[in-house]
This record gives sequence, structure tokens and C-alpha cells, in this order.
Amino acid sequence: MAAAISWRENRLVQDRIKRMIAYTIVLIMAVAYIFPLYWLVVTALKTDLEIFQQPPPIFPPDPQWQNFGASTTYIPFWRYMWNTIAISGLTVLGTVLSCTFIAYGFARIQWPGRNFFFLIYLSTIMLPSQVTLIPLYLIFRDLGWVGTFLPLVVPHFFGSALYVFLLRQFLLTIPQELSDAARIDGASELGILWHVMIPLMRPALAVVALFTFVQTYRDFLGPLIYLQNQQDWTISLGLKLFQNMYGAQWQLMMAASTLAMLPTIVLFFFTQKTFVRGIALTGLKG
Amino acid sequence: MTISIRRPRLSKQQRRSLLIGLLFISPAIIGFLLFNIGPIVQSLQYSFTRYNILQPPRYIGLNNYLFLLEDRVFKIGIQNTLYMVLIGLPIHLVFNMLMALLLNTKIKGLSIYRSIFYVPSITPVVASTIVWLWIFNGQFGILNEFLRFVGLQPIGWLTDPNWVKPSLIFMGAWFGGNTILIYLAGLQDVPHDLLESAELDGANALQKTFKITLPMISPVIFYTIIVNVIGYFQYFTEAWVMTATRDGAAGGVANSAMFYSMYLYQTAFQQFKMGYASAQAWILFMIVLVATLILFKTSRWVYYHAEE
Repeated sequence: MAAAISWRENRLVQDRIKRMIAYTIVLIMAVAYIFPLYWLVVTALKTDLEIFQQPPPIFPPDPQWQNFGASTTYIPFWRYMWNTIAISGLTVLGTVLSCTFIAYGFARIQWPGRNFFFLIYLSTIMLPSQVTLIPLYLIFRDLGWVGTFLPLVVPHFFGSALYVFLLRQFLLTIPQELSDAARIDGASELGILWHVMIPLMRPALAVVALFTFVQTYRDFLGPLIYLQNQQDWTISLGLKLFQNMYGAQWQLMMAASTLAMLPTIVLFFFTQKTFVRGIALTGLKG
Repeated sequence: MTISIRRPRLSKQQRRSLLIGLLFISPAIIGFLLFNIGPIVQSLQYSFTRYNILQPPRYIGLNNYLFLLEDRVFKIGIQNTLYMVLIGLPIHLVFNMLMALLLNTKIKGLSIYRSIFYVPSITPVVASTIVWLWIFNGQFGILNEFLRFVGLQPIGWLTDPNWVKPSLIFMGAWFGGNTILIYLAGLQDVPHDLLESAELDGANALQKTFKITLPMISPVIFYTIIVNVIGYFQYFTEAWVMTATRDGAAGGVANSAMFYSMYLYQTAFQQFKMGYASAQAWILFMIVLVATLILFKTSRWVYYHAEE
């Protein structure tokens, strides 16, 4: 008996030690992950002298809050922000609309060859974008679209395999009886999609909308290729402008970078649950 | 007419649903033809031509592919990209798994930690890479400041050809929040009764992890390997921002940070050699295809437990 008890106590102590070690490591890692963001904001608040001071002040004695304002006039910050949000917003609209229709066609209508078509469609996820990059550029150039938002936005109105997949998986979980009942009542497929499915799909649609928005907002290569007039740039392209011929304006570049990060960070904190659910969906059902 | 005879006979109802089904997926069909298949075929065609945009493409046979064999920068690009895929990616995935295992220990404040690790994955890549540009700065960067503080020689994180790829991998760990969260979601789905019964049988934490937890989430691990291998072969933005110079060049000292996609971009959009770049694109396509096939062929270690 005594041995059993001490064994159990031993376990408890061991568990506690393990827990403490885990906590310590997680805490250290959390600090390490936050540090670059901290350093970004702190550097944004320094004077141009403090930037090059050695050793660098861990926190500037006199934070230069006006750097944030200055950074938005040094480059046409708000214009770039507006461009970025306009492109991202249109992309979300196109993706959500087209993927809803496509997913419905793949999940809720029985038609011969459906699964075969779906597999082929799904395989496009694995296609490296570089393969289609050059012909697409040349097509858009012939259409006169290079230098506009169109090449960045229009393709998204024709679906995206990953999100079709996600929505299809979701639609497959909705009982068939719901559709059958509506069909008996004389509803058309469009009517079923609109009145029955879309209300049920809201959580999945939110995932698609959020992921698409963040993905587009972060994009660099697309705008780099297609946006040739400086006034049409997105914020990711605009941040480059701080490295001008007189050397980098580090504190302003950091201030603008901080501001550029804020929309997605704020969005994340308001929609955390949707994000986490979406990550589980995209990651697990693959 | 002969075709319609060979066609499998569909009932009226089936034909109707086929029509409606195709109607619903028509955006996908159009997109597939216009933005995938069409460009893939065209890309192959361009790869056999010399095409500088100003003059119409001129057929030159296999010459682009032969040039590639002797292109020194192209070779460096492949080597650097393989370095990223074969060294950087495994380090990142193991690291992300360790983080997920740590977060899965019924830790308090999980949602806070989750957010902290995820935030770098949602901020604009350029904005967050700029911070690292400053952290890695040879003269005024905080990393070298720290090295000097503990009495070590400062390192040319981005300027020393031996250090730039390790630096990029180091930074890349910071962008791994997405994978951490995917792993964490998988870990939380591992049935508790399995782990408990193993514990009753006297299995220790290490045995439980390797014999139960990891096999149970092996489909998730497989998914992240596939997705990331494809992604790492296209590695672009971080290296581009880190090494871009004012005159628009990139790739670092002695092309030490020249990756496949960067060279492809330069060939196509800075030198306007569309044919040559298309040949590069097709080689990349083949490499990714073969890599994916190998991964699928060797995926016996992935354990799919029966659906309940």
C-alpha cells in the first residue's frame, strides 16, 4: 500500500514538474515570437538618431508618435491601403460567390462523372502558380489589363479549388432530406441553394471569406507583376519606397509596416474562432 | 451521330441533373480551361520559343532547355531551393510539431498563445520581413548587438553567403503559426481513451507520442508535408524582400539567396525572356510533380484509421 501511494505521489510531482517545464518553454517561445513585433513598434517610435544608436535603446525615452503620421505622408499610405482593401474585397466577393456555386454543383446535385471531374479539379491545388504565370501575363497584356486591378481580381470569380473543396466537404454533411423536402415543395436548385444551404453554410463561408481576404492582403508577387503605375500599388509594394536614394528611412518604414499589419491583426482578434475552425477544416480533411 | 450511340444512355432525369450540375460548376470549367489547362499548354509551347514580347515568338526547339543545363545561376537557384525544401522545411515542420505538442499539454491561456504564434502568419509578408531585415542588419541589428554583448563576433546574417539561407530558415520558423495550429487541431482530435489505456499499460510520454499520437495524426502530417513541399519550391517573397537592392535586383551576395522562383521572375519580367522563363516554369512543374508523386508513393507510414 505504502509503495502504491508513494508511486502515485511521485506521479503527481512528476506531472507537475513536466507541466512547469512545458509552461516555461511556451512562455519563452511566446516572448521570442512577440519580440520581432515589439521591435517593429519600438523602432517605429525612435528618432533617426536613436535608430543608429549602439547599443540600441530597448524603449525610446521620448517615443516619436508622430512617426506614424509622417509615414502615411512619406508614401501615399492611405491610397495604397485603399487599393489593397479594394483588391482584397473584390477577391473575397468573387471567391465566395463562385465557390458557393461550384461547391453546390459538386456536393448537392447527383450527376454522372461528378467525382471524376472533382478529382481533376482538385488536382489544380498542386499546380505551382509559376507554370501559368507567363501565359496569363501575356493574355492579360493582350486584353490591356496589365496595370489595372483586373488580372488580380477577375480569376477569382472562377473559383478556387481549395475553397471549393472546403465548402463541398461542409455541404456533404447537410442531410439530403432537407434538399428532398424542398424539391417536393417545388423549389428549384437555385432556390434550395439560396434559402436552405446558404443560411447553413454561413460558418464555412466566413472561413473562406477570411482566409481569402488575408491571403490577398498579404500577397506580393501578384501586385509586383501586374501593378505598374505607382498610384495603383498595394501597401506591400509601397513599403519598398522607404528605401530611397538617401538610404532607408527605417523608423518610417517600421511605422508604416506596423500600420499595414493592423487591419489583419484586428480582424484576427475579432474572428479568432472562425480562423481556428478554418485551420482545422483545411488542415484535417486534406 | 456515331458518337451519340457510343455514349452511355442516360435517363431524362439523369440528363437533366447533368445539365444542372454542369451549370453550377461552369465557373470552375471556364476557370480550369482559361486559367489552368490553357496556360499550361501555352507555357509548354512558349518554352520551345525565343520570345521577348516585342517580336512574335520564334520556334527554337529544345534550345531553352539546353541553355538551362549550362546556366550557372539557374543551377544555383535549384541548389538553394533544394536546400530550403530538404533542410529548411524538415526543421520547420519538426519545430512546429514540438510547439504544437507543447501547446497540447492542457496549458492555461491556450487561446492567447495560439494567437501569439499565429499573428506572424496573417500579417503582410513584406511588412513582417522588413522587421527581420532590421533585426538581421549587420551593423545596427539587435542580433549582432546581442552577439557583441556576449563577446562573440558579429555575423553577416544577410551578407555572408554561408549565413543567408540559415538566416532565412531562422526567420521562417516565425512564420510557422499556421502549421502549428493545423497540428494542434489534429492533436486535439486524438482520442483520449487510447492515450489513457496506453498509460495504464505503463507507456511513458515518449512512447505515447511516438506509438500513438504521431501515428494518429500522420494524415495531418502528410498533408502539411505535401502542401509545404509545393510551397517551398515556390519560395519567393521573403527572400526577395530580404535581398532586393535599390536597382531592382535580388538574390543576395553571389546569388546565395537566389531561389528558383526569383530567377524565373527575373528572367520573365526583368529580362523579358518569356520563352526561357517558360522552360524554367515547366522544369519546376516537373520537379514538383515528381516530388509529389514520390511523397504519395512513399506514404505507407500514413495511418488512416477506420471512420466511425
